[in-house]
Amino acid sequence: MLSEIGIGLRRNLAMTISVVLVTFVSLTFVGAGALMQQQVSTMKGDWYDRVQVAIFLCTQDSLSASCSGAATDADKAAIEQALASPPLSQYVSEVEFETSDEAYAQFQEQDAELSASVTPDQLPESFRVGLEDPERFGVISESFQGSPGVEQVVDQREVLEPFFAVLNAATAGSLALAGVMLVAAVLLIGTTIRLAAFNRRRETGIMRLVGASSTFLQLPFLLEGVIAVCLGAGMAGAVLLLAVDRGVTGWLAEQVPAFDYITTTDVWATIPWLFVGGIVLASVASLVSLSRYLKV
Amino acid sequence: MIRFDDVTKTYDRTARPALDGVDLEVSRGEFVFLVGASGSGKSTFLRLVLKEEDATSGAVQVAGKDLRRLSSWKVPHLRRQIGVVFQDFRLLPGKTVFQNVAFALQVIGRSRGSIAAAVPEVLELVGLEGKGDRLPHELSGGEQQRVAIARAIVNSPAILLADEPTGNLDPTTSLGITRLLERINGRGTTVVMATHDDDIVDSMRKRVVELVDGHVVRDEHQGGYVTGAIPVVPAPEVSVDHRGAAAVDVPADGRPVAEQGGGAR
Ligand SMILES: Nc1ncnc2c1ncn2[C@@H]1O[C@H](COP(=O)(O)OP(=O)(O)OP(=O)(O)O)[C@@H](O)[C@H]1O
Ligand SMILES: [Mg+2]
Repeated sequence: MLSEIGIGLRRNLAMTISVVLVTFVSLTFVGAGALMQQQVSTMKGDWYDRVQVAIFLCTQDSLSASCSGAATDADKAAIEQALASPPLSQYVSEVEFETSDEAYAQFQEQDAELSASVTPDQLPESFRVGLEDPERFGVISESFQGSPGVEQVVDQREVLEPFFAVLNAATAGSLALAGVMLVAAVLLIGTTIRLAAFNRRRETGIMRLVGASSTFLQLPFLLEGVIAVCLGAGMAGAVLLLAVDRGVTGWLAEQVPAFDYITTTDVWATIPWLFVGGIVLASVASLVSLSRYLKV
Repeated sequence: MIRFDDVTKTYDRTARPALDGVDLEVSRGEFVFLVGASGSGKSTFLRLVLKEEDATSGAVQVAGKDLRRLSSWKVPHLRRQIGVVFQDFRLLPGKTVFQNVAFALQVIGRSRGSIAAAVPEVLELVGLEGKGDRLPHELSGGEQQRVAIARAIVNSPAILLADEPTGNLDPTTSLGITRLLERINGRGTTVVMATHDDDIVDSMRKRVVELVDGHVVRDEHQGGYVTGAIPVVPAPEVSVDHRGAAAVDVPADGRPVAEQGGGAR
């Protein structure tokens, strides 16, 4: 049985190789899409925890309607009080107050040149509010937008949205490409099996006549398809491991260390699914074409 | 063992039926020659027995099973009870004699042990002892056909179908092959042999069923290739005339062998 499969694979070498390559490429895109999606959710989880809602207070230069000069101590106390008491307190996990000097120090750290053109008292003081549920930003915004002494309520997540949008688009693109490649893979597997069945019509003709069951007739072809697809899945897994190890862990994580990145552990967790998907694909494609060309 | 009740087979995209209202019963242990001109429907008959094709109308019963009601996953079991040989032997060129015969048992999942026991035995029966290691191209045509017969009977089928098994062989070899089929028949296997070979049919004096354009025009015991012997049932409708047989139809209810053959099941 096994030797028959080996013979079958070799006899059909060119076709087998093309099945391996096409599944390799398509599963690589599937895997890349899945990993990008994981990256997005890792970042979201991580960042949305860290990112806060900033309630910027009025400075003496503020032009906003709710501002009449710099925010007073009474304004600040009212805000602090509102954040600390129901109903808002249930949404709030932590509150920090950032003074103008602190804001200036951070500005200087980020961009020394530009910060030279402002003075600390031009930068607004702010409450940095951490939320229990980052999605409930609206509650804070509604409560404080327009309150006395508040110039603006900013959800820092908005800053990140374009970044995530790019990643999401890349995921969608890679999955779309994977879809096209998968269609090609299915068709190719079907054609390959039809060709293999034709090449071996002598054997299968005899098998049929002596009463081999359809399982026995079809299994070798099915296994050939599955083996070819598994080779492709293995190659896809190897490429993804290499890409994440060199490209993400070895390069991106060093260049832009601010983020949490997916690691080869995530890739290892994805690989079994590539195999499962590939095997399901090969089986379906095989059975469809076998039921057409290898009837009992 | 095999029973056709008013069986008609029309292939797709053909106007004329390949078999037309055939009634025929072959009892257990019988030896039947199926004769008729090319295109008369002999191979079609055998294909229907194997359920390679389904009858367009009428009932085909084989080994007590109504093939119309046999689901496709049970077809392999039907075929394990039927051996088949063809004019072109259909051996696998890369396998030895032994492997060719063993293949038939491997693909139905027999154990190595039972294969190792059954194959030499059947090779001896067909007169190929000591030739198990040869490849098909190292054998004469007659020997190749013996390998094919060995493969067909190694699973001890109840029925052996032979579609012009001597078509590629010289007269002496043909007679040898037919004698072998007769020996197999003597061990209890029902044999149906389609043939063009008049000498063989004449010399064997077995039951002969003649087809013309898909009709059974003759069915007689100890018949010759052309008629002359006693019909199975001297039914007046069944013509015993010499060449004009084509003109005569078997009546729809004419089941000549039924009374004589005595129950297939
Ligand atoms: N697969 C098929 N499709 C369409 N027509 C077919 C098919 N097989 C056979 N026929 C037709 O059915 C008729 C009977 O064919 P069959 O093969 O049964 O004849 P036969 O008696 O075996 O002939 P031969 O002695 O030449 O082998 C012929 O007219 C043939 O053309
Ligand atoms: Mg024929």
